[in-house]
Amino acid sequence: MPATNAPARPLRVIVAKAGLDGHDRGAKVIARALRDAGMEVIYTGLFQAPEQIVQTAIQEDADGIGLSILSGAHMTLFPLVVEQLKEQGAEDIVFFGGGTIPADDAAELKRRGVREIFTPGAPLSEIIAFVERECGKRRETVG
Amino acid sequence: MIDRASGLGPDVSPEYRELVERWEAKAERTPPRSGKGSGAIDRTISDVPLKAVYGPDDVAHLDVTRDLGVPGEYPYTRGIHPTMYRSRLWTMRQFAGFGNAKQTNERYHFLLSQGQMGLSVAFDMPTLMGYDSDSPKSLGEVGKCGVAIDSVRDMETLFAGIDLGAITTSMTINGPAAIALAQYVVTAENKGIPRANLGGTLQADILKEYIAQKEWIFPPRPHVRIIVDMMEFCTKQMPKWNTISVSGYHIREAGSTAAQELAFTLADGFAYVEAAVARGMDVDEFAPRLSYFFNSHIDFFEEIAKFRAARRIYARHMREKYHAKDPRSWQLRFHTQTAGCSATAQQPENNIVRVSFEAMAAALGGTQSLHTNSMDEVLALPSEKSVEIALRTQQVLAYETNVTNVVDPLGGAYFVEALTDEMERQVEQYFAQIADFGGMVEAVEAGFPQREIADASYRYQRSIESGERVIVGVNAFERPDETQPGDLLKIGAEIERGQARSVQAVRGNRDTAVVEASLAALKHACAGSDNVMPYLIDCVKAVATEGEIVDAMVSVYGRYTENTQF
Repeated sequence: MPATNAPARPLRVIVAKAGLDGHDRGAKVIARALRDAGMEVIYTGLFQAPEQIVQTAIQEDADGIGLSILSGAHMTLFPLVVEQLKEQGAEDIVFFGGGTIPADDAAELKRRGVREIFTPGAPLSEIIAFVERECGKRRETVG
Repeated sequence: MIDRASGLGPDVSPEYRELVERWEAKAERTPPRSGKGSGAIDRTISDVPLKAVYGPDDVAHLDVTRDLGVPGEYPYTRGIHPTMYRSRLWTMRQFAGFGNAKQTNERYHFLLSQGQMGLSVAFDMPTLMGYDSDSPKSLGEVGKCGVAIDSVRDMETLFAGIDLGAITTSMTINGPAAIALAQYVVTAENKGIPRANLGGTLQADILKEYIAQKEWIFPPRPHVRIIVDMMEFCTKQMPKWNTISVSGYHIREAGSTAAQELAFTLADGFAYVEAAVARGMDVDEFAPRLSYFFNSHIDFFEEIAKFRAARRIYARHMREKYHAKDPRSWQLRFHTQTAGCSATAQQPENNIVRVSFEAMAAALGGTQSLHTNSMDEVLALPSEKSVEIALRTQQVLAYETNVTNVVDPLGGAYFVEALTDEMERQVEQYFAQIADFGGMVEAVEAGFPQREIADASYRYQRSIESGERVIVGVNAFERPDETQPGDLLKIGAEIERGQARSVQAVRGNRDTAVVEASLAALKHACAGSDNVMPYLIDCVKAVATEGEIVDAMVSVYGRYTENTQF
């Protein structure tokens, strides 16, 4: 981790699963990898509603939310989380995700407010670097 | 002392010993490969240590009669049939389902016209979790990774124009498996085909849901009770139906090692055997219709060893521990699917090659049926073209390569036998740990297999991250200029809207009093000890929807929530 602008308190990230999708291998691997990189990670467990995920993030004062969807419901559930972030006034929280998401869908989701979409094969180092950079920026502005 | 007369390793001469010593000296002087992927040369993808070469010493402790036997004889290490594929090829059974019942029915007609031998139904998430398509819980999920089946009306559409008396059908469904079976029975009987004539398999393996796939409804104990109800019902009324397909596939996909896949799957199977015996059933009454379902991953020899070990371990336990007397109860019959988790989104055509190797391992391991994944499944639902290539892969394997003409061609190979034995050793170690929990249900409740798998999966991911393991196109030999194919099959929101309208129409077009009465009777059966199957069939006949039936059962059993860990 960069020493110069390292925050006093570790970055805190919510790793979430939404809808009816039980594929949790990726979410658990990401949760461990972020934790091993020095972050505080809260894994929501399965079958969370978008409003629950955002509420958890607000209550926990999280810097980021990572949502994993492999069931094909990404075009419904990602925008619902974006909507909830707006509605609950938490748009500063870095919202990113991953799963089996076709490239054109990923581009559309980014247009609609998801900061980054990681697809199968994305290196853990790349995901960690993204979260450190973006959540670190959020921490600097929000404090 | 090893009895050389019955040992697998031949008595070796002093000249041979000298040769081995010369090899060892040379090997010591030869530096191991360096560079890409060289960090993982000394172990399988499951971290089983590997030697550079295997010889008679590695199999000297094996007894050819006791440990190998001949094909078609206990302990079935070499196959469950005397002549295997010489007499009958494996069943080529491609798993399919998407959108609504009408779309999937069209895919089935296509697959059957192309030489597929049996059907295999993939259900969508709401169906697997017991929600109707118009439930708020189903939002965005309808028809996405399987077909939406809300009531018997959808099941009728799914099998329109298909003779259910002539074909076998496999249904991959677990939480609501008993409901799907009831729907299948009613669909067939409405067409005039008696339930006794129906052949097929229900996955109905709930324990692996808690371990890996996570599509449960009720807590483990009531779920196991319903499964035993089904076993009892099928034993009496559906003699050609395979009641449970005990599945390691999803355990492996969740990131387990090969030995974990084997250990947890067999332990699940034994838990069902124990539950049925506790109900008062005779093991030989139901065991011949239990079947298994394994993953075929990319580590070629490890997979072959896994399949061979599976048969031997199963036969030994079924005969020695559960005292089955019918040889059919000792035989582990299994379906195989190539590893979805080995497929890559990068350069997806490479997946055709991976699938070919994995399919060959399954054939060399003696599978009874096979699903080969389509190259684009890591991106989306498979296109018709890629499904066809996957089926052709099996046909080339079966008809052109000649691997089908000799039974267990790798039997006796030093490496394969040593690895088979190592699999058995690791599995027995896991069995001992599971016994310490008091059994598999207790181990699952304590989260033991879940933890072991999560650890293994993280280790594996780290080895890819470090470059120790190479995945072609992902962490080596990448094409930075690569673009994703644009013609992916997508299920639009109109499917969800149409399916929601259709289930609402079904609800509006039936005798509500009959539905209510059938659901009330079902609740009563769930709370008591009557077999639930006849009650479920009554609910389905009354055209109760799956969501309504599940809600009735949840009112008795509750819904399961996982104690989350990572």
